[in-house]
Amino acid sequence: MKTPISTGSEWTFDLVERYNHAIREIAVDEFKLDVYPIQLEVITAEQMMDAYSSVGMPVNYHHWSFGKHFVATEKSYKRGQMGLAYEIVINSNPCIAYLMEENSMTMQALVTAHAAYGHNSFFKGNYLFRSWTDASAIIDYLVFAKKYISQCEERHGVDAVEQILDSCHALMNYGVDRYKRPQKLSMAKEQARQAEREQYLQLQVNDLWRTIPKRGKDGSGHAAPRFPSEPQENLLYFFEKSAQLLEPWQRELVRIVRKVAQYFYPQRQTQVMNEGWATFWHYTILNRLYDKGLVTDGFMMEFLQSHTNVVYQPPVTAPWYRGINVYALGFGMYQDIRRICEHPTAEDRDWFPDIAGAPWREVLEFAMKNFKDESFISQYLSPKLIRDFRLFAIRDDDQEDKLLVEAIHDESGYREVRSHLAEQYNLGSREPNIQVWSVNMRGDRSLTLRHVMHHRRPLEAASANEVLKHVARLWGFNVRLESVDEDGEVHHLYECKVDSHVLAMA
Amino acid sequence: MAHIIDRRLNGKNKSAVNRERFLRRFKSQIKEAVTKAIKGRSITDLESGEKVSIPVKDISEPVFHHGQGGVWDYVHPGNEEFIKGDKINRPQGGGGGGGKASNDGEGEDDFVFELSREEFMSVFFDDLELPNLVKNQLIGLEEWKTVRAGFTSDGTPTNINVVRSLRGALARRVAVSAPTLSQLSEAEEELDTLLESDEDNDIEVREKRRNIHALRERLSHIPFIDPFDLRYNNRVKEMKPTSKAVMFCIMDVSGSMDEAKKDMAKRFFILLYLFLERNYEKIEVVFIRHHTSAVEVNEHDFFHSRESGGTVVSSALNLMKEVVSKRYNPAEWNIYAAQASDGDNWDSDSVNCARVLDDFLLPVSRYFAYIEITEGEPQNLWYEYLKLQPSHPHFAMQRIHSAADIYPVFRELFKRQPNHAAAR
Repeated sequence: MKTPISTGSEWTFDLVERYNHAIREIAVDEFKLDVYPIQLEVITAEQMMDAYSSVGMPVNYHHWSFGKHFVATEKSYKRGQMGLAYEIVINSNPCIAYLMEENSMTMQALVTAHAAYGHNSFFKGNYLFRSWTDASAIIDYLVFAKKYISQCEERHGVDAVEQILDSCHALMNYGVDRYKRPQKLSMAKEQARQAEREQYLQLQVNDLWRTIPKRGKDGSGHAAPRFPSEPQENLLYFFEKSAQLLEPWQRELVRIVRKVAQYFYPQRQTQVMNEGWATFWHYTILNRLYDKGLVTDGFMMEFLQSHTNVVYQPPVTAPWYRGINVYALGFGMYQDIRRICEHPTAEDRDWFPDIAGAPWREVLEFAMKNFKDESFISQYLSPKLIRDFRLFAIRDDDQEDKLLVEAIHDESGYREVRSHLAEQYNLGSREPNIQVWSVNMRGDRSLTLRHVMHHRRPLEAASANEVLKHVARLWGFNVRLESVDEDGEVHHLYECKVDSHVLAMA
Repeated sequence: MAHIIDRRLNGKNKSAVNRERFLRRFKSQIKEAVTKAIKGRSITDLESGEKVSIPVKDISEPVFHHGQGGVWDYVHPGNEEFIKGDKINRPQGGGGGGGKASNDGEGEDDFVFELSREEFMSVFFDDLELPNLVKNQLIGLEEWKTVRAGFTSDGTPTNINVVRSLRGALARRVAVSAPTLSQLSEAEEELDTLLESDEDNDIEVREKRRNIHALRERLSHIPFIDPFDLRYNNRVKEMKPTSKAVMFCIMDVSGSMDEAKKDMAKRFFILLYLFLERNYEKIEVVFIRHHTSAVEVNEHDFFHSRESGGTVVSSALNLMKEVVSKRYNPAEWNIYAAQASDGDNWDSDSVNCARVLDDFLLPVSRYFAYIEITEGEPQNLWYEYLKLQPSHPHFAMQRIHSAADIYPVFRELFKRQPNHAAAR
């Protein structure tokens, strides 16, 4: 029997080091987690709030909205309404995990296991992160972005820069390529190519407009070629390449916001998987520490209390119910997959013939690597877990008086519940589907966006009108947004006319 | 092996810029809140920050999202009673209770946050351009302390700063000798050429040698140190705050002093208070209001009670005299007063006012400011006071028409008087 690493609740650098060492032995040597090198950083509560408000990154450009988030976080933290998230981890190489100085030793160990080994291995392993983000370059890129933006502020004024950033932020969710794989980011490359890009892009944009066919010149009266030739899902990319009135530096700002949005896109698609994975591993690792006699009963009590809070799922009837807890669902699913491998029931063999009884570590690894929330749920959510959570599906149709219970946790409902839950995590259906539809090349150069309605779901009108102003600022000419129903008929039309005032801003 | 880094010491206040950006963006709302706060606050209570509330719709960052309507499927946990096919009533507040509904639901409350004291003051001063205020000195303060203030080229030998002087000397020597040095090296080179040539050129060689000698001579005459190089430690006198001060706020509260005028007076008093607070460890405030008669009151009554009546300004000045005599010995206390009035006084009383000031109040006061808050022509009190000015340089008077005048007037009143200014 080994003696525990520590007995008190105070942490020291030496102890953090020793816990990390013990955790590493379990995570890497025993369970074969593949991780980026780890950098643990001890920070203050204020720094945690700061990291929190600038989307978790250690470097970022300045923007008022980060200040707003800081102020809001600080307010609720001071009032004690909110415990600070005790962990932030950055998808970078080395992987940076923050330890807050106020944490007890138990919490530092939990955070280390959760973030530095759980999230870290997820970042390194999951296919979305592998193909969409470059962990070794992100910090460099943000350094570049920060420098570039502050130079713009010096040259063009804080207000001018802020306006463009505001507009880009409003469209951030529409600044990602969902299917193409972007080039890797790197500061060296960015800087080297940036000047060249500015000139080239500007030329391209000008060419685009120069090639507008002159009316009746050749007498053929052909319709102008459609532009864009196909609808574009990446609005920011479209503006960066095609908005005629943007200055080169403004194009670069659009690009920066787009790159950052793209970097965070995988995170938004893998919340259940990522948090579940990290939670599964801190739970597994710390229990292992206990089995090895390296931590005390007191340590386990504190850890389990914290863990239980994290994975608590209030029922729909609870006043504090706020939807499904991604930690609970994700943790539950990985635990369940392990169970199916180790102790399969007849039902499991029926539903998961491939994995029932298979080596759990490999199955888990495969599940972590090759899915996003939506496909992960539709692949692995088991009848047992649906029963454990007592999941049920409800249809809310605004043309009906009442809500309809579509399916519950019974034999006939499992598949339906599972597919609805998967759909709930499909970003493509959670967010309105809006694309660049056409540009009036022969006339006023106005831009038309199309919202293709899904299940008759409308846009929220007030915010749509606000966002459209931002679109107009970037585009520089009038913009329209058509909500088109499933029969292809325009259901609702939003418009924003550009007056000289907006133009002056653009 | 993992890296463990202690980041606690660096990167403090990293969010300051973003926070500043945030404040900047909502400047007008914040200013409004500060203005409101000042109305509600006492003159002496500027220690704390202030809560500021901004409507959420102003502060929100819009994104495209779904509104209510259409068909939604939600999966929820914790089913107790339902079976497939059940129809249930919509929960109040619509939307089916999923994540979407809360998107709109939280939009109601204002965004409230706290300004720190520094932020509060900076917004307050922003209005008033106060940062220059510290440069101002009150006249008539007789205690000084000397502080170091760089170097001068003039002074007494005890104050010579050796390092500075030698550094200057070195610089001078380099500068002065440079042309001669280059001539010298030229001459030496020419001499070498002459010596190496085979021709008979004794005379030229001798001439060159003489020249070189003269140049060396000249170089040696550049003094090692010159009076010009001397630098002296500079010491300037600065006002040394004496420990105690009392500020009299005297206000006319006759019917014509409306809320707006009182508010302007209050801002003026706040400025005076802040200014004195910088100079004195202890400061007391006495509030005197008057119409036909004067009373000493607390701050609330001073600014908030409304009494109508005629105006006898001298009553207030007499009361101040009485208070000073009883409680504030001029030998111990630095006495300041600011009198705010719309200037409308009982005709024959203005002469009395001038007399009390001339005989008693001005001699015991460090500074006495009269501000006339009026839109129209100066009143008789103004003309009466005008006569006092030549003999009392620390009696100042200014007229305020609108809130925008407060600071310039304050500045004018408290600007550094050239003949009293600290020696430089």
